Amino acid sequence: MADGEDRPYVPPNHYGLGLPGLVSLEDRHRPTPPRRIGPAGEQRGIDGELIGFGEELRSEGMAVGTSELLDAFRALAHIDWTDPQEFREALAATIAKSPEDRRVFDLVFDRFFFRAAEAQAVRLEINEPGSRLDGEANDLEELRRQIAQALQEAGDSEIRDLARLAIAAFGTGQGSGVLGVDVQRIRRALGLRSEPQADLPADDPRRHGLPRDQLRKFEQQLRRELERSEIERTSELPAKRPLSDLDRNLPGGPVQDLAQVHKVVAQLKRRLATQGHELRGHARHAHVDVRATMRASLQTGGVPVELKFRPVRPRRPEIFVLCDVSTSVTSASTFFLSVLHALHDAFAKMRSFVFIERISEVTDVLARERDFRAAAAAIAADAGVADISGYTDYGRVWSEFKQLIEDELHPRATVIVLGDARTNGRPPREDLFAEIAAKAGRTFWLNPEPHLYWNYGDSVISAYAQYCEAFECWTTGHLEEFVKALTRPGVR
Amino acid sequence: MPTEPASVAEVLEGLREVGYLPGESTALVSFLAAKLGKPVLVEGPAGVGKTELAKALAKLLERRLVRLQCYEGLDEAKALYEWNYRKQLLRIQAGAGGQDGWSDLQDDIFGEEFLLSRPLLEAIASPEPVVLLIDEIDKTDQEFEAMLLELLSDFQISIPELGRIDATTHPVVLLTSNNSRELTEALKRRCLYLWLDYPEAEHELAIVRMHTPDLPETVARKLVEVIGMVRSLDIKKPPSIAESIDWARALLLLGAADIDQAVFRDTMSVIIKHRTDLDIVADRVGVKLASPAPSPA
Repeated sequence: MADGEDRPYVPPNHYGLGLPGLVSLEDRHRPTPPRRIGPAGEQRGIDGELIGFGEELRSEGMAVGTSELLDAFRALAHIDWTDPQEFREALAATIAKSPEDRRVFDLVFDRFFFRAAEAQAVRLEINEPGSRLDGEANDLEELRRQIAQALQEAGDSEIRDLARLAIAAFGTGQGSGVLGVDVQRIRRALGLRSEPQADLPADDPRRHGLPRDQLRKFEQQLRRELERSEIERTSELPAKRPLSDLDRNLPGGPVQDLAQVHKVVAQLKRRLATQGHELRGHARHAHVDVRATMRASLQTGGVPVELKFRPVRPRRPEIFVLCDVSTSVTSASTFFLSVLHALHDAFAKMRSFVFIERISEVTDVLARERDFRAAAAAIAADAGVADISGYTDYGRVWSEFKQLIEDELHPRATVIVLGDARTNGRPPREDLFAEIAAKAGRTFWLNPEPHLYWNYGDSVISAYAQYCEAFECWTTGHLEEFVKALTRPGVR
Repeated sequence: MPTEPASVAEVLEGLREVGYLPGESTALVSFLAAKLGKPVLVEGPAGVGKTELAKALAKLLERRLVRLQCYEGLDEAKALYEWNYRKQLLRIQAGAGGQDGWSDLQDDIFGEEFLLSRPLLEAIASPEPVVLLIDEIDKTDQEFEAMLLELLSDFQISIPELGRIDATTHPVVLLTSNNSRELTEALKRRCLYLWLDYPEAEHELAIVRMHTPDLPETVARKLVEVIGMVRSLDIKKPPSIAESIDWARALLLLGAADIDQAVFRDTMSVIIKHRTDLDIVADRVGVKLASPAPSPA
């Protein structure tokens, strides 16, 4: 298509929405574009757009089946789909089937329909009316206060107007070209912060801090408006940016969010309880419960019509956890310690160790301290990890660990190592690790580094990975993956 | 006579009237459920009104509510149908002296007369349309979920001895889950999805005000604020809407004019249900409240 050469970034399926209602979803102020049929192949109607939307969701890893799309179409037939809110909710109810999916859905929805509307605007050469900023805005301090005041109570569409106002006042002429930088610069220029600013006058709305989610919405709108003006200036859509893992995860990052970790581990506990049944063949191990069978037979006049079986107890593995608390994993070790702490609640038989250069057992500390922070402090204070250089010595750790628990390892035990496998140039001694892994039933390695960094620098994870199942683990999502693996029946 | 809503706004209004304040998506999904005849999977933390929604829908649509409470080990006999052994035995014994042939007898004792219907069969076979609530589906095993699939997609149940029983009327089905276990894709695929979360402060205030209209507005507002603070802490069981309402009622009974430290300390146990949580909340939230006004001598 000749058109594709002018705007190389836009895949043809993002052209032409041809639906006034949807365009106004992005912009109520813009006059409804006249319905014009573009060159053949550009106009694909709402059904084509929806299928394109489904494909985009799939490319972000959501399982969107044909049946879901069919449901979406059927749902749209029943609602007033020029109402943006209803349109979005109806699609979400039929397509996104978990809170995580819903999050991805919202992000992709915004991106997809923003781009679709913009592509249409570019094609029809519609421009935003000039900014409504008048002479009064010379008083920038006054404007700052007005925006802060409005942010306290504004609804979504007002926030969008505010964002445009702010860009008109602070954002023109000095753009850095990077959206994120510009957004932060404007926010700073406005003096908007969520924490209280005591040095401001008493009647200033910013004095007590602004609501955090309002601020976030404002930043989102700023970003979007900047993007929009960029598109208008260059008349082409920038390359589509896939969602990063950071986008997908909740703001704040679950690594810091201990409550989130505890929730995942609470799920783990439930899963172990229910999925345990699948771990073992029912029929092979079922034992007839004679007492219960006799009791049931009374119903049928003493004839044991129905056999009662003893409940199958799920397998509860014995767990040994080794957790790296050295400086190279400082940020991750809080996360790991909290996992360790939470695991302790979930398993009856579990022994925990922390290590840096040497190893130290902390089972008692974790059993004693109910509060995670207290436990972390106690471990830092008196775990007795010989911390001379602060660098991990995996070789030494393996030999000490082996000495400590060699006799207790058996094929039903599970060993979990939490660490980044960075040896600081010391010998990794994978032979010792292999012996431990051979004695234990299953061995897992959780690495707090993204897969990308494995085996770079002094990371020797591949040396260990051949003896165990290694997982990357830096979000609660990864943790859930691991939980699934842990509750899966073992190979041995 | 069962009614059918014509628009989302009507559902929203109707649910309000029967005493349930829905969020926008709740009303929309309920409307779609009634229109499309698809089951709805409602997920969310405990106590945000998942079960209440089913009850309110039943009231709104003027249908009977059939409820199946799920638990670990729930099986077909408890959920679908069961043969009435005792009655069958009696029938066999009563016919022992007679001239019934074996095939007559067999046809007879596996007839509908000897079938004990359990909630799912009851919902399907009911001559009037019903609202079927399958509560806490995540508590059951995956086998049970698989068994539900036939029911949820085609609204029919196969009984080997009797054949297939088709739904005479179309039930509105709600499944609730606390998300304690990942449900299978196959089940999710057949359902509309609704995620109910703790409501926004304003919405929760409206709910509390509706259930305790006599509580002074200032107290209600303060209550919602405090509940929000408590939820943001890392505690074992964050207070749900049900607990907000209980607390509001308790405050109303006590005639509290404000929530200060003393009142909070005395009534905290209404919203916090764990020993360790009590300490955390007393430490973090209690101190932020105003200390009690000196009582007049």
